[in-house]
Amino acid sequence: MNEHAREPLGALKSILKRQYIWGIVAIALLLLINVIKEPTYLAISVGHNGHLVGNVIDILRSAAPVMMIAVGMCLVVATKGIDLSVGSLMAVAGAVAMEFLSSAPNTPGAAFAALGLVIVVTGALGAINGILVSVVGLQPFISTLVLMLAGRGLAKVITGGQNTSATNDVFRWFANGYVFGIPVVFVLALAIVIVVGLVVRRSALGLMIEAIGMDPKAARLAGINRRALLLTVYIAGGVLAGFAGVFATATVMTVDVSRTGYLLELDAILAVVIGGTSLAGGKFNITGAAIGAVLIATLDKTVVFLGVSSSASPAFKAIVIVALVLLQSERVRRMFRQRRAARPAKREVVAA
Amino acid sequence: MNEPLPIVEMNDISISFPGVKALDAVGLRLFPGEVHTLMGENGAGKSTLIKALTGVYKIDEGEIRVAGEPRRFTGTADAQSAGVSTVYQEVNLCANLSIGENVMLGNEVRGPLGVNWRATHRAAHDVLAKLGLGHLNTKLSLSTLPLAIQQLVAISRSMVEECKVLILDEPTSSLDANEVEQLFGVIRQLRDQGVAILFVSHFLDQVYAISDRMTVLRNGRFIGEHLTRELPRAALIAEMIGKDVASLNAAEAGERRDPRTGTVPVYEATSLSRKGALEELDIELRRGEVVGLAGLLGSGRTELARLIYGADKNDTGTISLHGTPTQIKNPAKALSKRIAFSSENRRDEGIIRDLSVRENMILAVQAKRGWARPLSRREQNEIVSKYIAALGVRPTDPERPIRLLSGGNQQKVLLGRWLATEPEVLILDEPTRGIDVGAKAEIMDYVSGLADEGLAVVFISSELDEVVRQSDRIIVLKDHRKIAEIDGGSGTSTDNIVTIIAEDHSADEYAGLAVREEVAS
Repeated sequence: MNEHAREPLGALKSILKRQYIWGIVAIALLLLINVIKEPTYLAISVGHNGHLVGNVIDILRSAAPVMMIAVGMCLVVATKGIDLSVGSLMAVAGAVAMEFLSSAPNTPGAAFAALGLVIVVTGALGAINGILVSVVGLQPFISTLVLMLAGRGLAKVITGGQNTSATNDVFRWFANGYVFGIPVVFVLALAIVIVVGLVVRRSALGLMIEAIGMDPKAARLAGINRRALLLTVYIAGGVLAGFAGVFATATVMTVDVSRTGYLLELDAILAVVIGGTSLAGGKFNITGAAIGAVLIATLDKTVVFLGVSSSASPAFKAIVIVALVLLQSERVRRMFRQRRAARPAKREVVAA
Repeated sequence: MNEPLPIVEMNDISISFPGVKALDAVGLRLFPGEVHTLMGENGAGKSTLIKALTGVYKIDEGEIRVAGEPRRFTGTADAQSAGVSTVYQEVNLCANLSIGENVMLGNEVRGPLGVNWRATHRAAHDVLAKLGLGHLNTKLSLSTLPLAIQQLVAISRSMVEECKVLILDEPTSSLDANEVEQLFGVIRQLRDQGVAILFVSHFLDQVYAISDRMTVLRNGRFIGEHLTRELPRAALIAEMIGKDVASLNAAEAGERRDPRTGTVPVYEATSLSRKGALEELDIELRRGEVVGLAGLLGSGRTELARLIYGADKNDTGTISLHGTPTQIKNPAKALSKRIAFSSENRRDEGIIRDLSVRENMILAVQAKRGWARPLSRREQNEIVSKYIAALGVRPTDPERPIRLLSGGNQQKVLLGRWLATEPEVLILDEPTRGIDVGAKAEIMDYVSGLADEGLAVVFISSELDEVVRQSDRIIVLKDHRKIAEIDGGSGTSTDNIVTIIAEDHSADEYAGLAVREEVAS
């Protein structure tokens, strides 16, 4: 009996220990601020043809692309790497999809063919990152910086410098449609988080990725194939950026080669860090990365909602994130704890 | 005989690190115009003593006198300004700066408009010229020089400020014979100028070629100070490894396993070599036999082990397993061929600090199976509880991060990791280093038991008595060469091996070194 009562409490405790709990707290706080300003902020209504409508739904929709690239980024960061190219790969994905669809018939087949093509192209570009890192042995920062810069150029070449538009109903549905009243794009992003999370944790991939991130030498001597693993995570990062690019462009069915996915790699890195994965590699947390992505989307929406002037909004964002990272930092928390502990100690000295 | 006053005198120095007494009342005297060598095996406390002198480590007890004055340095820079310079094993220079900039870094000649580069380079040239390096163009990038010359540049750097004591920590470990000779030329020149030189090297021949006096340390204790010409090699080696234990072992080495000599060897390699690490040698490993690799540090013990495991690639040599020719290109391949290797560097190449005991233990098995075939939690628990019980890992909690375990228990977990892969050949490089006596004995007993069960074991240890006690056959290495292969058993003692190493001079002609006349035993 007693044990039954203890178990859920234990589970709750272990969640409270996770670093991403601070991300959840931050999301709640931001929403609270919005509710104070506008009591109906959280209201969700059922719009025409059964779609859910509301600010929260908007947040989830806009969080989706960052969620996807954050999952890939999380794996890359766990190997002690970083992937700066994902934002540019999103532009490449959009360019490939729009260019293909602009000359293809408006059929579901064409939509899926475009998706497949995008996955092949971005997967191949991810493989280039992976080869530069694992086989050539360049630093991940430099390797992926190359594609970060070259990617947008490639996107421009693909579209001939135009912001290509296309029409395809199914493709549009990916970004703007609903299942069970929830935006398709969020459902897919959630599915990606769950599937990748399960694959990584149910197979031995997660352990191996952590091992090479923590101690590459020891991992190699334990027989782990570092090259293949690095290649895998960078390809995964590329493919997920491809997905994100598709959804980012499908909303408006236009690729903007210089704006699509612009600087989104930084949001993804931020989401990963907020989720409790150290940039030094090792232990990673995919759930945390997803929560981080939602937090960033919430923050973006809040900035707009509170009417922070657009020139001040980066500063606002920065303040929130710095505060959050400080809260998460073990060292800062220890400092606070020591202060608290130091006070009564002083009193004892006086008493003695 | 009237000895001059020592320039540096360290008396009764003690330093403790958490859990270990690194130095226990150690003394050292350095005299002007003399090359003094610090001798000792790994973990003897050589580096710690150097760092105590330069103030990198704080000493708990004892006193340091420089030129008669009690001194406590606060770090390398402080020591250097007092005339005590250190050149470390890895060259501490900036490869992307010019030679002159490296020499004068921190001592640039300043004019009214900041650094006067022309004067700086001229000064650098003067310093280099003193060491016979006047021909170098100081404006060239340091990276254009071979490593040996870089080492000399590092020394000249310490000569910029007045240098009374020069500490050279393993300066020759990456140099070839000619480069060593050039370095020695410079050392002798400095010695003749009255500099006191403290030299650390693992190459016995070099030590005898260059040094006037030596201090021997063992396990953090001072063993003796001798004039080089009065200390024969065999006596030196005995002091380094501790000969008092030798007699004790002869008694224990009674029962021997019966190696199945008639059978095909599990592992056989002919003309195995790797440039700069190991000269061509043959080796075979048989079921149920413990092969010990004996030799001093740097003799090629670890290099041989790494070649067998594929951790480093061999340049030459053919390998066959059970008589079938094969290639072992990397550790993963070795594991799949049922060879396992436990590295001497437990901290960096063994444990993965942030993973739990369970994860550390199953890692190699999992890597062997591949990522797509994960061990179920039940299988993991079976493996882990089996080896925690068999090896006596304490504490027994498998979910504890391994970094929280003691060294001996970490080593047991690693042993479990390799045994779980069900190897036929198990290479243990210094499995007993830095662990307490109790755990040492447990691990040694377990290894013996493994050989009885039919494993081929390769055993490496700096403690020669351990090698003698454990091994059925001993391969003796020196200066990256195999110099002998002897049977274990009651006829063998540490003294035999010491004599073999001491009397082997074939490297001397090879290295072209002028070996001083010495009193061989």
